[in-house]
Amino acid sequence: MRVETLFEMTSPYRDSFRIKGYRFGEGAKTLAIVGAMRGDEVQQQYICAQIVKRLALIEQQGGIAKGRSILVIPSCNPFSMNVSRRFWAMDNTDINRMFPGYREGETTQRIAAAVFEALNGFEYGIQLASYYVPGDFIPHVRIIKTGYEDVDTARLFGMRYVTTYQPRPFDTTLLNYNWQLWNTKAFSFYAGKTHQIDLKAGNESVDAILRMMYRTEIITTDPTGAAYESVLIDESTLQHVKAQHAGILLRLTDVGSRVHLGQSLAHIIHPYSGQTLSDIKATTEGTVFFAHNRPVVLQNALLFMIHTA
Amino acid sequence: MIKTIVSTEMPVDEQFRIRKNVIQHGRDGLRFCVVTGTHGDELEGQMVCYELARIVSGHPEWLNGTLEIYPALNPLGIDTIQRGIPNFDLDMNRIFPGDPQGTMAEQTAHAIIEDIKGADMVIDIHSSNLYLRETPQVRINVQNAAWLVPFAEHLGVDFVWVHDAATVLEATLAHSLNSADTPCLVVEMGVGQRINHKMCRRLVAGILNLMLRMGMWKGTMNADMPHPIVCEGDHVTFLNAETSGVFLTELKCGVNVTKGQTIGQIVDPLRGQVLSMVTSPVDGYLFTIRAYPIVYEGSLMARIYHSEEV
Repeated sequence: MRVETLFEMTSPYRDSFRIKGYRFGEGAKTLAIVGAMRGDEVQQQYICAQIVKRLALIEQQGGIAKGRSILVIPSCNPFSMNVSRRFWAMDNTDINRMFPGYREGETTQRIAAAVFEALNGFEYGIQLASYYVPGDFIPHVRIIKTGYEDVDTARLFGMRYVTTYQPRPFDTTLLNYNWQLWNTKAFSFYAGKTHQIDLKAGNESVDAILRMMYRTEIITTDPTGAAYESVLIDESTLQHVKAQHAGILLRLTDVGSRVHLGQSLAHIIHPYSGQTLSDIKATTEGTVFFAHNRPVVLQNALLFMIHTA
Repeated sequence: MIKTIVSTEMPVDEQFRIRKNVIQHGRDGLRFCVVTGTHGDELEGQMVCYELARIVSGHPEWLNGTLEIYPALNPLGIDTIQRGIPNFDLDMNRIFPGDPQGTMAEQTAHAIIEDIKGADMVIDIHSSNLYLRETPQVRINVQNAAWLVPFAEHLGVDFVWVHDAATVLEATLAHSLNSADTPCLVVEMGVGQRINHKMCRRLVAGILNLMLRMGMWKGTMNADMPHPIVCEGDHVTFLNAETSGVFLTELKCGVNVTKGQTIGQIVDPLRGQVLSMVTSPVDGYLFTIRAYPIVYEGSLMARIYHSEEV
């Protein structure tokens, strides 16, 4: 294992900003893994740190395949995590909306450019990502449809679900969109939580990433553990269940639950009288893929996404 | 007449509303919309809306058509002094045309587009952000330059910047409207969280002048409306900070600068040292200057228009 500083920048009032990379193996740039891009992505950073720990052991035991190299960047944004901000603290810009970056541009464009330069040219790329809508997901691998997406490799993680989605204009500055355009087989890995550590989901995620590495012959050590035969979902086919009223949300079901048509998924109660305003029911039989996780909801807010197969 | 275009319950005893003031006179005539408040930290548009509503309501007989004023497309952002929509990660001006099946923000964006679409002219007023101060200007995507620059020239601004197309900008309000054949001019001026009265009055006069040119307004206008510099092609130089520190400048935007002229300096307050001098690499017109002094490497400090390629 070799630790490198991939990017360093002075700060007017704080220690220097540094992005560190952990390299394993020698030879062809085969796999890059990126953890926290935002300051609240603690679960993502935890998973990356566990991967660094596991890869260090695997490397000691000679388990990295010959001629293959791996780069792990646990955090692209330690400054924001240290002050409990999701985005770049000075101007609230999102590094993950700055790719491929611009070396002569604004601060977060420069950070993105340095990160992209370090990540470019790898055969596979994994980003531990978080979503812009608050909620819990079934851990899954997500791929942007760019024409370069590689669903077959995504299945090798052995996660329960692989999802694909059509990019919108605001997605064209994401790391994974640009990674794909630059010929890296890129995957977003959603590990269930963001700002808290879920050990079970985190450890399953570590196993899944190592499994993908074994199945693509990047490592020779079999991580074992049970794997799913992944179900592929086009996200546009997920059934949306919305809130008819605003109020306090009492969720009756968790992500991953199997639900039937008409089953109560949640109650929305009046915030003063406690009276039930809505009994939120499943509109179809299926598996709860996404569930809103804030205690209060707006009218028409997206509460659940259900996979119907 | 005040109309509500979006109304949604909030969790605890509050209704979220986006409203517009519709002022109509004459049987026929065109429809002119003034929208602002997409970014909650941009306030110049508030005074422009106030002045327009005051002037036009005071003299409806001078109006021929319909003026619709939308002061706050992101009322929760304005109320909480934040650029974006509270509890939502994405910039509101990157989610248009919205999605009726999407998140609340996307549903709202969809409703806004549906309400404005079909207008004969839309002015979308922005005021930079906390970090930069801008001279009054109109920004137009190069794809719409031939169509929109002739309108922009009547707004009385100093500068019209025809900029390159970028995929991410396809999700702005202006692009979505222009794509629906609704002409929309984006105005940038001033600085975030403040109101510059002089600039606002100039823009109000410019909007009334454009309405007059379109046959919608009969009020008397100042004859010497300034004619803007129109910047087309690659004629803007960006000055980004070479070092992190405190940027000090004596300049205001809207002035001519010469090659080699000092724009400012980046200093270290701990050691009392100048870390880097910021000089203009061109002769040109300074239309953007940094307002917030703390900079990191890369922070934008100034933009200069120059008539020659460099």
